[in-house]
Amino acid sequence: MTAIVALETVGLCRSFGALRAASDVSLRLMPGARHALIGPNGAGKTTLINLLTGVLRPSAGRVMLQGADVTALRPDERARRGLVRTFQINQLFPEMTPLETVGLAVSHRLGGDRQAWRRLGGRPDVVEEAAAILERFRLDDVMDRRVGALPYGRQRLLEVALAIACAPRVLLLDEPAAGVPESERDDILAAVDALPSDVAVLLIEHDMDLVFRFARRISVLVGGALLTEGTPDEIAADPRVREVYLGEAAHG
Amino acid sequence: MSDAAATAARAAAQLDRLSRWHPAEYVFWALAAASLLVFPSRYLLISDIALTGLFALSLDLVLGYAGILTLGHGAFFGLGAYVAGIAATHGLRDPLLGMALACAAAALLGAATSLLVLRGSDLTRLMVTLGVAAVLLEVANRLPALTGGADGLQGMDVGPVLGLLPFDLAGRTAAVYSLATLFAVFLIVRRIVHSPFGWSLRAVRANPLRAASIGIAVDARLSVAYTIGAAIAGIAGALLAQTTQFVSLDGLAFHRSADVLLVLVIGGVGWLYGGLIGAVLFKLMQDQLATITPQYWEFWIGLVLVALVLIGRERLAAWPRALWRRVAGRQPA
Ligand SMILES: Nc1ncnc2c1ncn2[C@@H]1O[C@H](COP(=O)(O)OP(=O)(O)O)[C@@H](O)[C@H]1O
Ligand SMILES: [Mg+2]
Repeated sequence: MTAIVALETVGLCRSFGALRAASDVSLRLMPGARHALIGPNGAGKTTLINLLTGVLRPSAGRVMLQGADVTALRPDERARRGLVRTFQINQLFPEMTPLETVGLAVSHRLGGDRQAWRRLGGRPDVVEEAAAILERFRLDDVMDRRVGALPYGRQRLLEVALAIACAPRVLLLDEPAAGVPESERDDILAAVDALPSDVAVLLIEHDMDLVFRFARRISVLVGGALLTEGTPDEIAADPRVREVYLGEAAHG
Repeated sequence: MSDAAATAARAAAQLDRLSRWHPAEYVFWALAAASLLVFPSRYLLISDIALTGLFALSLDLVLGYAGILTLGHGAFFGLGAYVAGIAATHGLRDPLLGMALACAAAALLGAATSLLVLRGSDLTRLMVTLGVAAVLLEVANRLPALTGGADGLQGMDVGPVLGLLPFDLAGRTAAVYSLATLFAVFLIVRRIVHSPFGWSLRAVRANPLRAASIGIAVDARLSVAYTIGAAIAGIAGALLAQTTQFVSLDGLAFHRSADVLLVLVIGGVGWLYGGLIGAVLFKLMQDQLATITPQYWEFWIGLVLVALVLIGRERLAAWPRALWRRVAGRQPA
């Protein structure tokens, strides 16, 4: 059972006009993976997440989720199968409160689709789980505020909390810590650590400190293609990776 | 109590508050019922307000909660009116049976056309809904044997409500029947919008990308919401047919769709009571202006429309809700 690969891509390609944003990307996450995906801005990291989750269709290649080909499935179908993501740019429901937001996700997952009659919050298990998630992200003190009125850092945490509320089997985090105050970044790592140990996590992040604390494997994406993959030590020592990042730094 | 239990208790209380009946809501419905006793000479107006409010309520579900912009909601209203009317000319006298048939027919048309409506942008939706309504009007026009064509449907014979209350000339039964139907359907809609399904509609409207990412089947949700809205509009249409004992092409005309949009905007979109309050204001305004200056009624309505747009739909449409909040301290829905 444990041998089943959590998430695998085979030769994913996608172009925007002449730009090859993903070229022949093959990636494999085992259950329990703590995998980081790094690369300079514009390397195609977000595009890859969009391809994995079905927001974008690949021009070639396949996406396999726990052994099943999900390439033809819609984003919501993949999410219900446990492939869950966060967004680099917050995608929240501004008029709702954090509790309503997380409560909806939990209730949807626990109750399926036929809940037009029960009220939101009518199930104690839903309320308890939503409250626990908000507490883990220290959002319980603002759970009755409008999301749109929360400070950016809080919204960022809700972005991750909402994904966790979907009980992912594979979790894709697109720069979750960007804009989150230093002191709260650990909350994100702690919440990821608190996931069941067989959940596979793919983290895109520019904060190298966070990346090296989190990852057991790292892939480097450059110009839409995978440059290399290895352990954190291997990646840190790889001269090609340094070159990419130094080249990037030289541009400012 | 532990921290976790305390947070859960606070969360439960917060979610409870969302759907709890507010005192102002009891007052609203008490006033609606009282209107029957206080204005016995205006039964027909009361009935008209109630069915218009129901029609606007159905649009609120579609537009206010699901965020589907439509200019063809009148199609379902008109279809409901014709189905109830035709039923009554073919010996099906029971009004509730006629209403059920109207509701089912409108729901079917809603489900079928929702597939078209889901495609594309707001502009596409406007055009598609407008088109569906126009097609339906033309169909009714071309089937005089069934619909009476331009002359309208003649010879409706509607039996007593529940076999007890025959429709009377003063419109007493009509008013009671319309108000009771409005209240019953309102209770259902109120439940729906407070359910996880209702919240998923708000999520889809606010951000379909994220809604899909948490596993909500966006198109299916919109399709169901559109269908429910259509079914309720069909009920409102049936009320018109049964309480006036007449159906004409006017029931399907474009101005039905435009008027109901205006009614909803006057009362405020997305809070259940908007359509009801809008219907009261719209119909009273129509009633008053039609007595003072019958030929200028359309002019004044046009002026109101322009004013709404210029002053800012959002700001103006928010006023009944703001007033309610000020008086009652909290918004109801
Ligand atoms: N929807 C799109 N249409 C056209 N170009 C896009 C689109 N999305 C991304 N791109 C381009 O693809 C490249 C990769 O973008 P992205 O995946 O966002 O990179 P990263 O997340 O690694 O910074 C960039 O050059 C970007 O401009
Ligand atoms: Mg990106």
